[in-house]
Amino acid sequence: MEPGRCKGISLIFLLTALQVFSSAARTLDAGPGTQLLRISYALSAAVHGDTIRIHGGEYHEGNIIIDKQVVLLGLGRPVVDGDHLGEIFSIKADGVTLDGFRIRNTGVSGLNDYAGIKIYNRKNVIIKNNILENCFFGIYTQYGLNCVVSNNVLRASQGREQLSGNGIHCWKSDSLIISGNSITGHRDGLYFEFVSHSLIWRNISEKNNRYGLHFMFSNDDTYASNVLEGNGAGVAVMYSKNVRMFHNTFRDNWGDASYGMLLKDITDSYIQGNYFESNTVGIFVDGGTRIQMYRNSLRNNGWGIKITSSSMDVKLNYNDFIGNTFDVGTTGNLVLNDFDHNYWDKYEGYDLDRNRTGDIPYRPVSLYSMIIENNPPALILFRSLISTLMDRSEKILPSITPESLKDNYPLMSPLKLW
Amino acid sequence: MVEVSGIYKRFGRLQVLSDVSYRSTKGDCTALIGPNGCGKTTLIKTLLGMVIPDAGTVKIMGEEVNRKWRYRTHIGYMPQIGKYPENMRIGQVIEMLIDLRKDCASPDEELLDDLALKKIYSKRMGTLSGGTMQKVSAAIAFLFRPDILILDEPTAGLDPVSSEILKDKIRKEIGKGRLFLITSHILSELDGLVSHVVFMQEGKIMFHKEVKQLQTETGEARLSRVVAQIMLAGK
Amino acid sequence: MKKLIKYNLLDIVRNRIVLAYTLLLALITLSVFSLEDNAAKGQLTILNLILYIVPLVCIVFSTIYAYNSVEFIEMLLSQPVRRKTIWLSLFCGLSGALSLAFLAGLGVPLIFLDQSRTGILISLAGVFLTVIFVAIALLAAVKTRDKAKGIGVSVLLWMYFALLFDGIVLFVLFQFPDYPLEKTMVGITMLNPVDLARIMILLKMDISALMGYTGAVFREYFGTNAGISVSFLALTLWALLPFYFSLRNFNRKDL
Repeated sequence: MEPGRCKGISLIFLLTALQVFSSAARTLDAGPGTQLLRISYALSAAVHGDTIRIHGGEYHEGNIIIDKQVVLLGLGRPVVDGDHLGEIFSIKADGVTLDGFRIRNTGVSGLNDYAGIKIYNRKNVIIKNNILENCFFGIYTQYGLNCVVSNNVLRASQGREQLSGNGIHCWKSDSLIISGNSITGHRDGLYFEFVSHSLIWRNISEKNNRYGLHFMFSNDDTYASNVLEGNGAGVAVMYSKNVRMFHNTFRDNWGDASYGMLLKDITDSYIQGNYFESNTVGIFVDGGTRIQMYRNSLRNNGWGIKITSSSMDVKLNYNDFIGNTFDVGTTGNLVLNDFDHNYWDKYEGYDLDRNRTGDIPYRPVSLYSMIIENNPPALILFRSLISTLMDRSEKILPSITPESLKDNYPLMSPLKLW
Repeated sequence: MVEVSGIYKRFGRLQVLSDVSYRSTKGDCTALIGPNGCGKTTLIKTLLGMVIPDAGTVKIMGEEVNRKWRYRTHIGYMPQIGKYPENMRIGQVIEMLIDLRKDCASPDEELLDDLALKKIYSKRMGTLSGGTMQKVSAAIAFLFRPDILILDEPTAGLDPVSSEILKDKIRKEIGKGRLFLITSHILSELDGLVSHVVFMQEGKIMFHKEVKQLQTETGEARLSRVVAQIMLAGK
Repeated sequence: MKKLIKYNLLDIVRNRIVLAYTLLLALITLSVFSLEDNAAKGQLTILNLILYIVPLVCIVFSTIYAYNSVEFIEMLLSQPVRRKTIWLSLFCGLSGALSLAFLAGLGVPLIFLDQSRTGILISLAGVFLTVIFVAIALLAAVKTRDKAKGIGVSVLLWMYFALLFDGIVLFVLFQFPDYPLEKTMVGITMLNPVDLARIMILLKMDISALMGYTGAVFREYFGTNAGISVSFLALTLWALLPFYFSLRNFNRKDL
């Protein structure tokens, strides 16, 4: 067969197939002024592949189960109110799309994780452009595969931590795309447990009670361009491998045990181009192995980085350390870590050979910061004459601060990241 | 007018005054003399309330002065070394004192004129010589027409002219019935002024006599010789 | 009384050292704000100035001034003036003049340049420290007869408040590393006006390092209105008590 003819036949075949398919898939209208007054009526009336257009209005229908592959499209942002009873949308079919709703008032329970939208063991679900208000859990994915959660706004004002739920909660899922969502007032803004091969991109998670972003046992994920701001305890990243974090902003995470980012037992990960500003601790590395941190900017944090002695092979290069009270804090001696080629605003060395690299090494751990690490009440002597004098003398004659923790090639001028 | 009885005072291990009793009345001009460190200045300071005695009483104008302050309206004091705030001008010091002493309607500015202090009113105290400072102290002592005048080494740093002016003033005020208590090393300076002599040694008053009586006892007319005689006799 | 305070005040304000002190403060304040691009960093330089330089200047100057006023005091004592009045006016004169110098050199420029509430708090703390160290200086001067010795005692006292006290605190902390001494530390801070002022200012400056657990404990005490009231009460006591003891001593002192 000659190639041109083959192309023609296949095009005709495709068009015919589409025609058949579209004639099978209908578009239903539901809501005030239509025959289908309730969403559940429309769902009963619909068949596999239908599109249901829900018109503006208020719907009080308790739990709505979507068990057919349909597109549920909200026109004029219909309100779906759960009346504090239980779960609202339960998605129990593959390929469902839920678009354009205002979903509010789920039940609150200590036993059940009631959610505004919950995906049960399904794939190819798309949840987009919804507003979720006052939901216990916002969007909940359980055994989800290939799902997309994008451009949703989640707002809650939850008080006590025991009875509060997460904004976007994903459990045992794979290949998700979570993007463009904005979450505030939940327990954890974004929560992932056993989630792999997923992309978390351009979300804003702020003023949540606990963590802005919290993930555990979630390997091979990428977090990019998210903003995590003013959360109770910052961001916690735990027990995961192959995590890639690019261009995220961690800001204003102040509190008792608050971290810009807590890395607990993380291996083989990349942290690049992130911005850590005004956190109690910018990055806390508690047992990290083979982590590469490049071109991050750490500004005005209490501690730029805290790193435990169990961490190995952490590479920290080409980062800006500006205006931090303490650049690096550590509990003991560190080995096999690399702190070279960073810019430290506290560096007081010189550059005689004009290669833009300081000629003497910089020791980012101050004696006083080590004292505080071992004896927290000594913080009362912060900025006192005695702490200043101790740091000065330690700089001249290092004896207690870890010998290996130093930047052998400190940069003379900031990299001006961001 | 001034009555001291049974005063004891010790500074550390040093007994500066022991059982000092002394009284003096209107019109008396008493010379308080004795070797260095005999307790003269301490006695004067006790009268002024600057030194608080360990025991004994001080009465001024018939009133016990223990820790009181108002009685000092009756006393004019000229210290041995007067020092004043360095940045203040002479005029300011005088004005300040006049300002403080509202009780005295018409201050006696005679010495201010006679010692030519008014011409140098704008001079700062810090720039003054010892002598000029003494002049200021003298003028201040007489300023509020006190009934009792206590002068500690009044003529020590003064030039002869000023010294004479001061002595004339003392003489004039004695005439008005004021009580004077003067300490001096230069006994000749006191000739003709003094009516009584108090001689102190090692914190005790050895004697308190009228000058006339002493003159007859020793047969010497000049005060310095009188005292020299007594001291020799004492040894 | 008012007149005496006025005379003391005028005399001290015109003192060359006080003028130099004012200029020095102004110079440092202005240069800090024109050189530092980071306002927080500038505030820290100012903080050191207030916590260490201001007390040092105040205590040494006041001690010397008190010794130099002995003759003036003697002159006043020969006048019908209460001892209490004399001593009180000396205290008011010194603290008033030095506070004025401080405000003119540092407080006002700071409030203008910084325009935050921290600036006001810093100025207030500076005035308190000025008054406190004048009071301590008067106590040192009245207790020690010899001028050179008195100045030595003053410098030692400054060393104690600026450095030795904290050294002792650190030593104690090292002896009890396993005890939660945060709350004890709050109490101990009250024993040193310099530490008290430092903690109060630092907590207002929102320094990230103080946001941790220990910082939170301190914040709980010093951050509340009650805590601030107690702190200022403690500072007031630090000014009044040394002065009261110096006055009692002066009333009994032989001059």
